[in-house]
Amino acid sequence: MTERAEATTVPGRTPSQTIGPFFGFALPSETGPLVVDAAAPGALWVRGQVLDGAGEPVPDGLVETWQADPSGRYAGSRGLDQDSRSFHGFGRCATDAAGRYAIRTVKPGPVRSLDGVLQAPHIEVLFFARGLLKRLLTRIYFPDEPTANARDPLLTMLDPRARTTLVATPSEDGYRFDIRLQGEHETAFFDV
Amino acid sequence: MQEATDRAASAAGIDPPYLYPRYRSTALRAPGHPPLILPAGLADRTGPVFGAGSIDPLDQDLTRQNHGEPLGERIIVHGRVIDSTGRPVPAALVEIWQANAAGRYAHAADNHPAPLDPNFTGAGRCLTEADGSYRFVTIKPGAYPWANHDNAWRPAHIHFSVFGRAFLQRLVTQMYFPGDPLFDHDPIFTSIPDPLVRQRLISRFDPATTEPEWALAYRFDIVLNGPAATPFEPEDRTK
Repeated sequence: MTERAEATTVPGRTPSQTIGPFFGFALPSETGPLVVDAAAPGALWVRGQVLDGAGEPVPDGLVETWQADPSGRYAGSRGLDQDSRSFHGFGRCATDAAGRYAIRTVKPGPVRSLDGVLQAPHIEVLFFARGLLKRLLTRIYFPDEPTANARDPLLTMLDPRARTTLVATPSEDGYRFDIRLQGEHETAFFDV
Repeated sequence: MQEATDRAASAAGIDPPYLYPRYRSTALRAPGHPPLILPAGLADRTGPVFGAGSIDPLDQDLTRQNHGEPLGERIIVHGRVIDSTGRPVPAALVEIWQANAAGRYAHAADNHPAPLDPNFTGAGRCLTEADGSYRFVTIKPGAYPWANHDNAWRPAHIHFSVFGRAFLQRLVTQMYFPGDPLFDHDPIFTSIPDPLVRQRLISRFDPATTEPEWALAYRFDIVLNGPAATPFEPEDRTK
């Protein structure tokens, strides 16, 4: 449908603008990065660093994550509060002075795509920052799922270089997933 | 992939590009590769749901969050959140943040030599009603300078963060005020390629909602991207 046709039915979609440098007193919260309680079975940390085209840390960005629980269920329709101790699936963390973020969560289970194809376990990621006029969308996949990753409908669309950027690496307390905005190892980004 | 290509084409002209040289910070942050358009089957329709427990009623009134009344022009900012089919999006989390009347944010990184207001923080949040409507009471923010280019000033604006039904409907944008002389000088506003589409970010003065002897009202409706006509997906697709 073209914009012109849309305009006769509903107002056109609202365009995006940058989140700017001053969201820090409004959007992040202490509980934002905590998708699960520390005592939750399988609780782990996904940590990473966001780097710009000069290889410098991005110290004023916002990472948001959305995922299924370990059995592959989304909490979306259950009406949970963000502060609830139950699994709500949403994480939010501002990057620090070194461009680092950390989300405490659990590894999600596999979920089917809307057309019924089984997808490897993954976490959806949105990234916002000053200098980004619209959000960046990417996915975190897991290094200990080689079989599922090899069949994943999104990973298999990508060339090997891009695919590598979406697979986290194991770390002491979970996984590491860096986001590179530009350069040789630029993270694969998506849009809808 | 034809459908994905069509969707990408219709998206062109609505959102700004990642790389927009007049906005200098895009140079090192815009990805070098165009994003891959997700096939429709992989554009998940689930998303976080925020309950009333995550909201304090005072979060909607930015003039009552501190000990006294903030300085500046009290205003009502309201509107509806709808999806691209025109349907209301109820229980959507809307978060806003803004500078005070003098054009200064309550943020440590803002070094504009304008006064802070001890009675104004400038952050609010609410959930939309069943008809998608939201309402804030706040102070009209001031314009402020920034370092993008010589004598650069941002038009007065309120930042909006909106969650739709699906995580992929997520929108972060800025609302402007009618008649601002800074629009054509602001590379963030003009980064939207189509001048008609830019107008969607300008709120309208709303005399019907303006409260006599109390506050002017501005209306800002927000239209989220699809996912279009399909109802909300059940959460369990494990089988």
